[in-house]
Amino acid sequence: MKIDQYILAIETSCDETAAAVIRNGQDVVANVVASQIESHKRFGGVVPEIASRHHVEQITIVVEETLTKANMTVSDMDGIAVTEGPGLVGALLVGVNAAKALAFAHQKPLIGVHHIAGHIYANRIEKEFSFPLLALVVSGGHTELVLMHEHGSFEIIGETRDDAAGEAYDKVARTLDLPYPGGPQIDQLAQSGEDNLNFPRAWLEDGSFDFSFSGLKSAVINTLHNAQQRNETLKNEDVAASFQASVIEVLTEKTYQAAKQYDVKQVVLAGGVAANKGLRHHLTQKFADESIELSIPPLWLCTDNAAMIGAAGSIAFDQGHRAGWDLNANPGLDLEKYSERSK
Amino acid sequence: MSILAIDTSNETLGVAIHDGAKTIAAYIANSKTKHSKRLMPVINQLMQDANMTPQDLTRIVVAKGPGSYTGVRIGLSTAKMMAWTLQIPVIGISSLETLALHAITQPELICPFFDARRGLVYTGLYQRRDAHQAKLIKDEQNVLMEDWLYELRELNQSILFLSPDLALYRDLIQSILGEKAIFPMEPFHHPSPALLAVAGSERAEDPVHQLTPNYLRLVEAEAKWLAKQKEHSNE
Ligand SMILES: [Zn+2]
Repeated sequence: MKIDQYILAIETSCDETAAAVIRNGQDVVANVVASQIESHKRFGGVVPEIASRHHVEQITIVVEETLTKANMTVSDMDGIAVTEGPGLVGALLVGVNAAKALAFAHQKPLIGVHHIAGHIYANRIEKEFSFPLLALVVSGGHTELVLMHEHGSFEIIGETRDDAAGEAYDKVARTLDLPYPGGPQIDQLAQSGEDNLNFPRAWLEDGSFDFSFSGLKSAVINTLHNAQQRNETLKNEDVAASFQASVIEVLTEKTYQAAKQYDVKQVVLAGGVAANKGLRHHLTQKFADESIELSIPPLWLCTDNAAMIGAAGSIAFDQGHRAGWDLNANPGLDLEKYSERSK
Repeated sequence: MSILAIDTSNETLGVAIHDGAKTIAAYIANSKTKHSKRLMPVINQLMQDANMTPQDLTRIVVAKGPGSYTGVRIGLSTAKMMAWTLQIPVIGISSLETLALHAITQPELICPFFDARRGLVYTGLYQRRDAHQAKLIKDEQNVLMEDWLYELRELNQSILFLSPDLALYRDLIQSILGEKAIFPMEPFHHPSPALLAVAGSERAEDPVHQLTPNYLRLVEAEAKWLAKQKEHSNE
């Protein structure tokens, strides 16, 4: 009989202080997220220094709550996993040093985890992976198509050349004077608007799986500006719907083409923008008649959390990754370099 | 008693293990960078040198700033989490007080400071209380060095200056305080983790969840926001 594996995971890469206990890489035993969103709302975005200050205030509280909920102790763990990067350096440092302290105090293995690997592995909490697998990663800092041939192996086959999709959402939301965070607001408005403003779709060269959103962002800003000059008012709902339609059409179409070209068995959606209703709906429709399986994580697994870091950390643990006591925060950690570790 | 003392709050990376009677092992490096990378390997090495395991520790003392925001958090994240999980007391001590302890045997007033850029310093004024405690005479603050020095001149007393950033302000101090300013030799300007351990050996513990850095300064965005709120309420 296989003995259960338990991983305690910590995530502090941006504005959520999070910890979780994961059993065998797929079962969430406990998951705690202390969100700072209310604090950052005042500033219309995440202020890195304030995020770091909250993390150091919250970290022991969040870990204690997690272990209490799991009814377990650090001694019961097989390893401690922590987000090593990418992210805000000051924020990452709190989690990394806290994780090292836990691992050192109990002489447990320490595992550094890539934040995006975590977002992708959030899907494995719901359903076992089938390879080859294609992940569409969309968040405030990322827009990528990641191909996986096996566990722990990540190949980026397409990525944004300028803004991340989530970044474009935030900028458009700010232009429309929507409250922070803007992404969900646009998604909401788009439900009751019409795609009637003919915003461009950035397909780039034939066969490219890369993305570009800066042109779209400029088109939105110019359209609003021109309307203002002519003393016309555009409905925010229509601007949101037209903008969102462009983003979603490109994301969905490129994901579909890549899935076909690489003959994948499963497509997974990952990252904060995976909570977008429009995107979830269109992907579901696009893959409805396909034999390719589509996984869309539940909302609580889309936003930053430590359960996903535990899920990715569990695989890394099985593959023998071990971080040394000199583990550091790596704000620019590259996914493909991280992937090299599993070889 | 086995005390682990950690200081990553400024340029110095300092770690010491003290048994209540003597310093068992200590490490100091004055190179500013990579505190996060180097702290745990140093702790690991010192514990090995002392032939101890983490479970042998009975208390953790940490320098809680002021200093580099990031540096302070590296020390605090480590100290808090280790103390919490080992279920032992944690004690946070001001980084300025730690530095002031270097002059604890002297009768003069003691002014420790750290550079805070653009002519500002983190500082406070201390004086010997007894053989191992300094008392605070003027509150710790983030202040323009020049203003602070004129304030100190009013006291008309000899003052010992201690700072790893002394070179930046030595001429200014001399020009305002003249003979009243005393500068000890170089090694005294770097905080000692062994002194930190001793300072924390008998102090009441901090509630671990509530132990926060001694930043002495608001985040700029927050300061602006608060000023704006105040403006609105005055309208
Ligand atoms: Zn994320």
